[in-house]
Amino acid sequence: MLDVRDVTVRFDGAAVLDDVSLHVADGEIVGLLGPSGSGKSTLLRVVAGLQVVDAGTVALDGHDVTPMPTHRRSVGLVFQDAQLFPHRDVAGNIAFGLQMARWPSPRSDARVTEMLGLVGLAGFERRAIATLSGGERTRVALARSLAPSPAVLLLDEPLTGLDRALRDRLADELSTILRAAGTTSLMVTHDPAEAETICDRVIEMGTLGRDDAE
Amino acid sequence: MDRRLDEGDAALTTSPNRLPRWLLVALVAPPGLFALVFYAAPVLTLLARALTPGALADTLGDSDTWRVVWFTTWQAVLSTVLTIVVGLAPAYVCARYRFAGRRLLVGLLTGVFVLPTVVMGAAMLAVLPDSMERTVWAILAAHVLFNLAVVVRVVGAVWEHLPRELEHAAATLGASRRQVARHVTLPLLRPAIGAAGAIVFVFTFTSFGVVRILGGSGRTTVEVEVWRQATQLDGIDVAAVLTVVQLLLVGGAVAWSLWIQRRHRTTLALLTSADRQRPRTARQRVLVAATAAATALVVLIPLGAMFARSLRTPDGYSLAAWTDMGETEIRPGVRLGLDPTEAMLNSLRAAGLATLLAVVIGGLAALAIHSAGRHGRLLDAGLMLPLGTSAVTIGFGMLITFDVDPIDWRASPLLVPIGHALIAVPFVVRTTLGVLAAIDPRLREAAATLGATPTRAWAAVTLPTLWRPLAVGAGLAGAISLGEFGATSFLSRRDTETMPLAIEQLLGRTGSVLQAQGYALAVILAATTVALVVLGELVRDRARRP
Repeated sequence: MLDVRDVTVRFDGAAVLDDVSLHVADGEIVGLLGPSGSGKSTLLRVVAGLQVVDAGTVALDGHDVTPMPTHRRSVGLVFQDAQLFPHRDVAGNIAFGLQMARWPSPRSDARVTEMLGLVGLAGFERRAIATLSGGERTRVALARSLAPSPAVLLLDEPLTGLDRALRDRLADELSTILRAAGTTSLMVTHDPAEAETICDRVIEMGTLGRDDAE
Repeated sequence: MDRRLDEGDAALTTSPNRLPRWLLVALVAPPGLFALVFYAAPVLTLLARALTPGALADTLGDSDTWRVVWFTTWQAVLSTVLTIVVGLAPAYVCARYRFAGRRLLVGLLTGVFVLPTVVMGAAMLAVLPDSMERTVWAILAAHVLFNLAVVVRVVGAVWEHLPRELEHAAATLGASRRQVARHVTLPLLRPAIGAAGAIVFVFTFTSFGVVRILGGSGRTTVEVEVWRQATQLDGIDVAAVLTVVQLLLVGGAVAWSLWIQRRHRTTLALLTSADRQRPRTARQRVLVAATAAATALVVLIPLGAMFARSLRTPDGYSLAAWTDMGETEIRPGVRLGLDPTEAMLNSLRAAGLATLLAVVIGGLAALAIHSAGRHGRLLDAGLMLPLGTSAVTIGFGMLITFDVDPIDWRASPLLVPIGHALIAVPFVVRTTLGVLAAIDPRLREAAATLGATPTRAWAAVTLPTLWRPLAVGAGLAGAISLGEFGATSFLSRRDTETMPLAIEQLLGRTGSVLQAQGYALAVILAATTVALVVLGELVRDRARRP
């Protein structure tokens, strides 16, 4: 359960987010739609703790996490261009979060295998990042973020930059994977069709105000 | 323009529009001969001298040799590690943050890097308390200060282009600040740190000027021992073998580092432009301000101390060292066999000649490499070799090559400027080649269609671009010559001492006005060197502006 209340973020005086509130229920997949510059990515960064708020609070599962640094929040973030660690192989990337949480390695290995199966890349453990295609990178990034079972998964235009046919196929897959994982998710996109395919509920960024708080 | 910068221009060598053979010969011959006579011959002489069973057995069987090699190695390893440890903080701050004075700080460190080695030695001598003056700590401190710029620039160049998002990704996966550094940032910087480390290691392993001033018995590097054996102890064979040992060790270290770098290569998508942010939180502001201030102070205090010591005479603070620069009376009636004012003139004379030589040879070489195809590339490799050879090796090689009858060139005052030119030529060639490679070949094609012969087209299009890179190269060559100490220590004759030699001798006169004169001379040398390099950079920046 994610609760964003009355958040305001200003860049050089101009409010990018002005008194924004948002609620995502447990297991719900919410899409955030809006043109570039509407502050949707900033909102994701606020939830992840990568952007400091000027006002307002962020709560995860009922706990106020506003002052908490990113690494203690238990959020997963799938970046627009995947941002896989180039010095680790596929398994090394997916195991990163587990390593941070000090999972013993047999359990961690099993989890990596499970995640690779979930995203349809079984057997990819030892592949180097540089050898992956765009779609494969997105899947590995998804597996990496889901592996430590985050309280909320954030997706920042995960399909941007892929070609049309692949996007359509991955959108379907993403919908299935997110539901299989049962993770509370918030996805930013500028493509209404994509949002419809993947999400339970879609919110237009411009309309996001007090009244959206539930 | 996706041609490699230093590749020759194919149209100049293969097409029917190629340059005439006589012109190519005229371009290749002078630099080729220069490299053969003053580099290849001395190095071969040196090898011949070293690779005899007697010399090898005597030197390699002597425990003193291995004591020197051991000291050289551990001080170089320690210097390298310390430089990286100290340099990472300013590298981080300069790469990641935008703040007032950032460029000034990087410029300051770079300025220190181009200082002559004797000046760095003098600065350390000036700032350290007497009890630490000539210790291994002084040598390490000088090496760290000297090479901070290498770490800040080489590691910083990667760091400022590292996607922040990778670190953010790690944070969302539960990595604390420390874990992000350990598991993401440092591994990604490792190739750059390795490259910087290799450079610092080679510089500190072959350290000569700093160790001549701050070293002592038991604290002798291979370079200093070569000089001591060759010029003080008449141990030419020992010195020759030591030179070869050093060559092998440095070559081995460089090969090893290249191998390691190749093995750990990761394809990393770097940002196209530097990603620097203003410090926002109070914590960041304190970090940036403290690091920048500490770095600036660490660099400026020794230089300031050097100036202060030039004012300190046995009779209290005065300008005596500056006003009576030529006064070298040790005791009434007894003078030091050395005149500081004369040394300045000697330095200027040598630098003038060396610059002229380096610009002519380097300019011809760059033109030849650019337009002579395969022979050009051979010349390129041949002229770059002196860059990988220590100045001491070059000076020593020339010393034992040109002291044979009937042509005893050792007596010639030209040997010092020739040695300096040899060291400076690679820099002139590199600066000039970059500009030549950027010339659009279509300009010459246009000239040809308008009826110009290949030679005319070349003269009309290529030659006019030369003066600016040659001016930059001249500034560098002048700075190199003024501060050159390694080769000069072998090639200089009595009464023609240059400033670095005079500084080294004067600094040894503890507690007298002569030592203050040494510091004054070091201040003058530092200012002149930095001014020449800055002037060159200004010309270069101007050339880049559209």
